[in-house]
Amino acid sequence: MSDSQKTAQHGLAEHTHGSFVPLQIRSDRPRSKSVSDFDAVSPLQDLWRYLQPEQLKGLDADVLGEYEAEVGFTSSSQVSISWIESTDPRVGSIGVPEDKVAAAAYTNASKTLLVEIADSAEVSEPVVININGSGSTPSALHVLVVAKKFSKATLVFEHSGLGVLAEIIEVDVHDEAKLNLISVQNWDKGSSHVSAHFSKLARNSYLKHSVASLGGDLIRITPVTTFTGPGSEVEMNGVYFADAGQHIENRPFVDHAAPNCKSRVTYKGALQGNKAHTVWIGDVLIRVVAEGTDTYELNRNLLLTDGARADSVPNLEIETGEIEGAGHASASGRFDDEQLFYLQARGISADEARRLVVLGFLVDILQRTQVDELVDRLTKVLEEKLGSK
Amino acid sequence: MATLEVKNLHVTVETDQGTKEILKGVDLTINSGEIHAVMGPNGSGKSTLAYSIAGHPKYTVTKGEILLDGEDVLEMSVDERAKAGLFLAMQYPVEIPGVSVSNFLRTAKTAITGEAPALRTWIKDVREAMAGLKIDSTFSERNVNEGFSGGEKKRHEILQLELLKPRFAILDETDSGLDVDALKIVSEGVNRAHKDNDLGVLMITHYTRILKYIKPDFVHVFVDGKIAEQGGAELADQLEAEGYDRYVKA
Repeated sequence: MSDSQKTAQHGLAEHTHGSFVPLQIRSDRPRSKSVSDFDAVSPLQDLWRYLQPEQLKGLDADVLGEYEAEVGFTSSSQVSISWIESTDPRVGSIGVPEDKVAAAAYTNASKTLLVEIADSAEVSEPVVININGSGSTPSALHVLVVAKKFSKATLVFEHSGLGVLAEIIEVDVHDEAKLNLISVQNWDKGSSHVSAHFSKLARNSYLKHSVASLGGDLIRITPVTTFTGPGSEVEMNGVYFADAGQHIENRPFVDHAAPNCKSRVTYKGALQGNKAHTVWIGDVLIRVVAEGTDTYELNRNLLLTDGARADSVPNLEIETGEIEGAGHASASGRFDDEQLFYLQARGISADEARRLVVLGFLVDILQRTQVDELVDRLTKVLEEKLGSK
Repeated sequence: MATLEVKNLHVTVETDQGTKEILKGVDLTINSGEIHAVMGPNGSGKSTLAYSIAGHPKYTVTKGEILLDGEDVLEMSVDERAKAGLFLAMQYPVEIPGVSVSNFLRTAKTAITGEAPALRTWIKDVREAMAGLKIDSTFSERNVNEGFSGGEKKRHEILQLELLKPRFAILDETDSGLDVDALKIVSEGVNRAHKDNDLGVLMITHYTRILKYIKPDFVHVFVDGKIAEQGGAELADQLEAEGYDRYVKA
């Protein structure tokens, strides 16, 4: 896709405006826990080139409010959930912010929500953490998830209501642990949400990381997964549906920094309406040490109407040839008149045809979460969005 | 007993060179249980006739009528025509990513009959129809037409014909791109649907090959947007021997 070339060129040009040195590889991106280390957000920066600072609704400010009362959860012996001071050494041990908004979240959240899954715990029911909007005051939230050795659990982060939120979710997956983590963004109109996810996978661990972004004016998620021990696997899935005026951006990054790990990244989105905009930048880095890596990333977008725009850029950096496999695919296409005609010629109405095609396209990703209640509920949200065209 | 009537049908299409008239006054009447073959050289408008009856938005009817038991088909949307009992087996069926064959068939059947089919009998019906067309059972989990071979696409069209049980079927060059074995299987499917449902068939073809397996009651020679000659099955034999040359005058 020609867009990837544009990105590279723009990236180089951008750095004549900023104070950062030109970046040659993804892992060289500057990191800091302090908001003051970052320049003001500008579309001239490669990280922010697809949106206007106004869309952040103040999340790029140095000072943000705190998010606490709005977070609902139930703690248990197997999954203990509590607020800890952000000065705790565990906080910030998994990921360091790579952009101004994540740094603002880091700097401003004085407390961190710690979610600890006990050693060897096998939790069958999904644990749900409700993050309700606190209104239009730009606010910060920091979450740290620790999945201890041999544990097995499903965590759902539900974002809803009206919110303007800068968020960090750190995920520490210990040896042999299996974690199924889902972040749902179904905000009200007027919401902006910028979230940096950092996951570290230790030896023989497994993470299924899913994001479902449906409601909110702006949703920008940058999920970073780093393999630190051999034999681990990550499945990163994303599903999104942008209506008129919505901007949904996903920038997954898999850092293969250990040998014999496997990653699968699959994001699918649908767009309808004027100025519906989605961005997907998928980065994979295979380091010299990461022999035996097996990776594949895929992004597909379905444009349902004119006036919508999907940007999709897969990037793969390979520092060793001793790998199992590495590939990527990206395609954005329309639901075209011939498909519509075919379905209608079998008696299926135009509305039903659109529903069939879009749900068939997106529900597959929802089902991978294996949380039935969530699949049913989010399928209904998708149906409502389709009905409202 | 139903009747599909095409009366003095004129159809245009928009091209880069402007509006072009493709059909120039087609008259055709098909009754239930009859098999009509429409034969003609490339570019004569055969497929345009098929798509115009089905209601493809690319074609504009400028004059004439299409009636199904006296009802005005031209007033109906594409899905209404299908519900009224018209079926078009397409020459180039499109891929529908993300929609499985089983989901598609069930949705179409529900739309056509107005209610969801009883699950147990439906699964049995689908399985039997697939077996009759020598379609592998894993087919139902694949996405509609995605990665299908030419022969699989055509068999999938006839599978729908057998399951949706329309009153009239238009087969648009269903024989093209099939080897003899596949042609036999597909023809048997059409003959089954014809026999079981008293189906009226409008079979559009370039070649006489398929007529060995599906016996027409009437043969129409289509040239330059209208029917140039009609007769019984013997007309096909004559075309086989002489070709279209005598109809296509420079």
